[in-house]
This record gives sequence, C-alpha cells and structure tokens, in this order.
Amino acid sequence: MADVLVNIPESAAPGEIIEIKLLISHPMETGFRPLADGTLQPRDIITSVRCLYGGETVLEVDLHPAISANPFLAFHLRVDRSDEIVLEWTDWYGEVQREVRQIEVV
Amino acid sequence: MTKVCTTALVILMAGPAQSDDRRSGFEFMGPTTQSMQTDDMANPGMLAVLAGERLWNEPAGLSEQSCQTCHGDPEGEMRGVAARYPAFDEVAGTAVDISGRVNLCRTRHQRADPLPHENADLLALVTLIGLQSRGLPIQPDPDPRLTEWRARGEAYYETRVGQLNLSCAQCHDENAGGHLGGAPIPEAHPTGYPIYRLEWQAMGSLQRRLRGCFTGVRSEPWPYGSDGYIALEAYLMQRAAGMTMETPAVRP
Repeated sequence: MADVLVNIPESAAPGEIIEIKLLISHPMETGFRPLADGTLQPRDIITSVRCLYGGETVLEVDLHPAISANPFLAFHLRVDRSDEIVLEWTDWYGEVQREVRQIEVV
Repeated sequence: MTKVCTTALVILMAGPAQSDDRRSGFEFMGPTTQSMQTDDMANPGMLAVLAGERLWNEPAGLSEQSCQTCHGDPEGEMRGVAARYPAFDEVAGTAVDISGRVNLCRTRHQRADPLPHENADLLALVTLIGLQSRGLPIQPDPDPRLTEWRARGEAYYETRVGQLNLSCAQCHDENAGGHLGGAPIPEAHPTGYPIYRLEWQAMGSLQRRLRGCFTGVRSEPWPYGSDGYIALEAYLMQRAAGMTMETPAVRP
C-alpha cells in the first residue's frame, strides 16, 4: 500500500464547486531506464486514476510513463448531495488501491 | 550622538552574525515550485513525513523499541532539533548529523542495523524530525567542540577542487544570484533538508546535494558519511544561522 495524501473537504454547500487533491507515493518507473547490467528497469507506473461520486464516475485519467514520480492530481467537482467520494487507481501490475471519503452537503 | 551609536551597536550585536540579505533557495524558484512547497497537500515531501510517522511508532531491532518508546511524540522532544544539528556525540567522539544520530539510536538503543545512506526509511525519519523545526530559526549548537568542525568546513568551502578548479564559494558567494546555464545559482543555505528535489524525483539529504556539486565541478565526491560532509554541513548551518527552517523543502 502506497502512502497517499487525499484532500477532500468534509462538507460543502449544495452546488458548490470543491477542489479534490490527490498525491500518491509511487516511483512511476518508466521502463526505459537501463540498469548497470544493460537490462531495463521494469516498468512500474500507475496506469489509471478514477474518481467516483456516489458510484458515478466523474473523472477518469490515463497515466503514461512520462509522468513524474509521486503523481499529484487536482481537479474540481460540483457537489449537490451528501455522498461517498471514491478515488481509486490501478498500477501496471493490475493492483487497485482505493481511498474513500464521505462528503456532507448541507 | 553617543546614544545613537550605542543603540546602533546594540542592534548590530543582537542581529544574526551575517547581515540579512541572505536568501534561501526558495526565493530563487519559480512561483509554481514555491506553491508546491508551501501547500502541504502538493508537497511530495509530506509523503516522506507520512512514512516517517509510521516508522516512528514501529519497533525495530532486538530491543523491540520504537522511537516513540523513548522520545514520545515527535512534536514534543524533536522540536528545534533539526535547527541545531550537526551536534557532537560524546561517545563516538565525532560530530554527527541527524541521519547519523538516527543510526546511532538504532545501533545503541534499538540494537538494530544502521540504515544505509539515502535509504528511504532513514530519509523519512529525518524528514519527520526536520518538520518539527519548520518555521524555527536555524540555531547552531554552541558546543565548542564543533568550532574545529566548522573551521574545517569553511576551509573545504573555500578550497578549489576538481577539473574545473572551482570552490563552493566561487559559485555560491561570488556568483550567487547569477546563472549556470539556465539554472539560477542560489546562496547554498541548507534551510530545507532533506529536500524533495524534482530532478531526483525523490527525497535526498544535504550530502547527496553536496555530491552533486562535487561531480558538477568534475571532482570525485567523498564517500557518503565522510567527516568532510559533516564538517561542511556544520559550516553551512552556521552560515545560515537565524534563517528559517523549511523542511521538507521542494527544490528544482
């Protein structure tokens, strides 16, 4: 499990546009770097990040080898109901990690 | 007149040793990199802090003791520690920096193997300790046994080395604020170590940064952990006395 920093406000007003920030600890190894013996350091990247708001996909991002280590994503979301916000990402080996937060819209 | 002079003198004596037009590397960065450092949610150094908090509470070695067992929460006893180091270690009879201190704690008290230089766990612990001094002024340890270390550090700082035959001072004193290629030359104040350097895409210690300068002037770097680095660290912290700690800093 990678260390991760998630910033989602705990509460918001109906219709408010909130900012969601996600910082994932990950080497984002490109797969192009040669090791001392001439072989390539195997690729290890996060391939996709998804954000679900109450089960509905609101953001889907594909990441590629040119993205630096410890990727940082920030995006905006208009919230109109109290619900669950799920951030989940998949790595090169198919492992999925998810962070779940609850937002109160009052 | 006399009174004015006395007041001026008092102000001079009360101030830090150097006149304060010193600038941290922070001020040489672009606004985007600066905001990356100041926003704890965007600063990748905070990932090292997270890892450090986990390790702080994790028992290690034969003693089955964690840092927490002896020191309690890092917020308490570790406040101001990073602003004071390097310090002199009585038993080892040598000056040590914080990573050296962490490793001494591991071998003496936790009875664990020391962590290798630039090990991610070691950097995480040192970053966590450094964070407790963020915002505090650098206050070098007044221990007189460090004077000799600082003098040696200053001598290294002013000695020309490498095929390019340059000393630290020639870039970071005489040409600070200028450019080397496209990159600004900062004043070499170690205010934010360990730093998250975008070029490394990882955390790194001041020793790693110093090695970068050694290879930059085409000189063979000393091995990690050499006394020379500790002496340079001691001198640079003295030179930056009074400046504000920024750990974990972000640098390009």
